[in-house]
Amino acid sequence: MQEADLRVELGGIRMNNPVTVASGTFGYGKEYAELIDVTRLGAITVKGIRLQPWPGNPVPRHVEVPGGMVNAIGLQGPGVDGFVREYMPFLRGTGVPVIVNIWGTTEEEYAEVARRLSDVEGVAGLELNISCPNVKEGGHAFGTDPRTAASLVAAVRRATRLPLMPKLAPNVPDIKVFVRAAQEAGADALALINTLPAMVIDIETRRPVLANKVGGLSGPAIHPVAVKLVWEAAQAATVPILAMGGIMEPGQAIEFLIAGATAVAVGTANFIDPTTPLRVIGGIADYLRRHGMRSVKELTGSLISG
Amino acid sequence: MMDVSGSVIRQTPLAAGYWSLELEAGLLAKQARPGQFVHVRVPRLEQSALRRPFSISGVRGGVLEILYKTVGRGTGEMSHLLPGDAVQVIGPLGNGFPLEPRGVPVLVAGGYGVAPLSFLASRLGRKGVLLAGGRSAGDVLSTEGFERLGWQVQMATQDGSRGEKGLVTVLLDKELLRLKASGEQAELYACGPDGMLRAVGERAVAAGCRGWLSLDKHMVCGVGACLACVQKLRREDGTEWIGRVCHDGPVFEAREIVW
Ligand SMILES: Cc1cc2nc3c(=O)[nH]c(=O)nc-3n(C[C@H](O)[C@H](O)[C@H](O)COP(=O)(O)OP(=O)(O)OC[C@H]3O[C@@H](n4cnc5c(N)ncnc54)[C@H](O)[C@@H]3O)c2cc1C
Ligand SMILES: Cc1cc2nc3c(=O)[nH]c(=O)nc-3n(C[C@H](O)[C@H](O)[C@H](O)COP(=O)(O)O)c2cc1C
Ligand code: FES
Repeated sequence: MQEADLRVELGGIRMNNPVTVASGTFGYGKEYAELIDVTRLGAITVKGIRLQPWPGNPVPRHVEVPGGMVNAIGLQGPGVDGFVREYMPFLRGTGVPVIVNIWGTTEEEYAEVARRLSDVEGVAGLELNISCPNVKEGGHAFGTDPRTAASLVAAVRRATRLPLMPKLAPNVPDIKVFVRAAQEAGADALALINTLPAMVIDIETRRPVLANKVGGLSGPAIHPVAVKLVWEAAQAATVPILAMGGIMEPGQAIEFLIAGATAVAVGTANFIDPTTPLRVIGGIADYLRRHGMRSVKELTGSLISG
Repeated sequence: MMDVSGSVIRQTPLAAGYWSLELEAGLLAKQARPGQFVHVRVPRLEQSALRRPFSISGVRGGVLEILYKTVGRGTGEMSHLLPGDAVQVIGPLGNGFPLEPRGVPVLVAGGYGVAPLSFLASRLGRKGVLLAGGRSAGDVLSTEGFERLGWQVQMATQDGSRGEKGLVTVLLDKELLRLKASGEQAELYACGPDGMLRAVGERAVAAGCRGWLSLDKHMVCGVGACLACVQKLRREDGTEWIGRVCHDGPVFEAREIVW
């Protein structure tokens, strides 16, 4: 039988297969280039970038928990100009679409970062992080109120023609409200989920383990939570969805596609087995072959319920 | 840097709670330099546990040796490994120790911190002295290996059960005085708990010699991608920057570290 067609389009981002890596878990691509063939990824999503260099949080910045980890890295990064100078030459050379995850503390900052990335060759789209639990001023504040979220997306929309993909906060009462708000404000796609707000206490010292006290939970533990949110979001979404949260094996990525996602991102699994994204690509192809599907698009939203 | 499936050749219990693990790791072992480490996927917990970093304590051809202490669930699982078992390891990682000492190499080990220093002693052109410290006799490890290589060994334990009673820095102070008296320059290499490293660093500065400290920071990716293992550092011009211990270290010169 003929190989199934794995190509997808994520709100204007053309991917050779539906698998990217989750922001913050793959550095700027370069760090993993000796371990896996990064040119085989559908897209490379890089660590969150703001306007100026940012030092991030004090250590400890992470702690392992059953089923994953809690992190509070705090969005350390080189700033948008530093990123373009230091990392874009390598990323461009891969020929793979680059999704830049951006953040800020004001609408103007997000818009300015988007503007500066607009004409950078190789940047295929922007993921707007409005859901990072680890930075007080930025991120999360925008993601937990639908009007603030919509206003931010609209502001960035005016600043760039690049495909825009807000990354929604998972800890909201009704995800559909945010899906509609983001779409109406001009989003081309939606990403979900970010980490879930979490905390770990050292009972001997009675202190929080993380220097930031709280962080975000990621890894296999959050996968079923993410599937439910992606499924709900897909019911309200008219734009494609990039799904992530706890993918360790191809089957978990396939669940996301069935629930309604167009593409998926592998996150925490990269730390344990850097070949996971490539195994997921292979696993999706196998699945399509076994089920006689010609294109991965047939899988998206194919959930049978009732 | 590569991700290989290593095959367990042998696992040997050392003192209580300490193990030596030998893995056939091919090219990874052949490329390794002293002070570099490997990132080990935890056997039986492959699906849920993050990798664990371990210094390379020695290399023979394609065989890599790790010397470790069981402290939690990851090292606990590792201690059950049997010959023939497969273990996934990424390495060699990190920068390693410089191999051109400007004086007599003085190696300072705290507990399992002796691991990278064993490998170092086997590769340094110049012989020197190992100062090995630990809480108690069982925490002072593989000193025979150093003696076999012609190194002088001195020991200190906090409970006095082996060697001098007290901290290993007491031995270091004496050794530095002795070298000074004989007009010799020292080059310090240390691996152990932060408190010990800091104390060794202060002595390097006071003695005007170089002190190479291998930091033990909790890690996630091990390859510089996640920014979990950061350490504040100082450049020669005094400006500060945030380094990744896994990528820019784990070895730093004492004056680089902003504690
Ligand atoms: C560069 C480097 C080299 C090392 N070399 C050695 C060595 O040669 N021999 C040896 O016995 N140990 C070494 N360690 C420490 C070793 O990594 C930890 O003892 C080990 O990760 C503990 O795992 P666990 O699951 O048994 O403990 P747990 O406490 O159950 O681990 C929980 C989490 O904390 C992390 N963690 C706990 N203690 C440490 C620690 N001291 N350092 C870093 N992470 C820790 C684990 O990796 C894991 O993510 C080294 C650490 C680093 C950073
Ligand atoms: C160490 C770490 C750093 C992260 N950094 C970012 C970031 O900079 N921006 C962002 O939008 N999400 C960040 N995330 C969230 C991930 O992109 C992803 O949404 C989340 O981890 C869920 O996927 P997973 O369970 O597969 O890891 C980070 C996650 C981790 C574990
Ligand atoms: S452990 Fe990820 S950057 Fe060092």
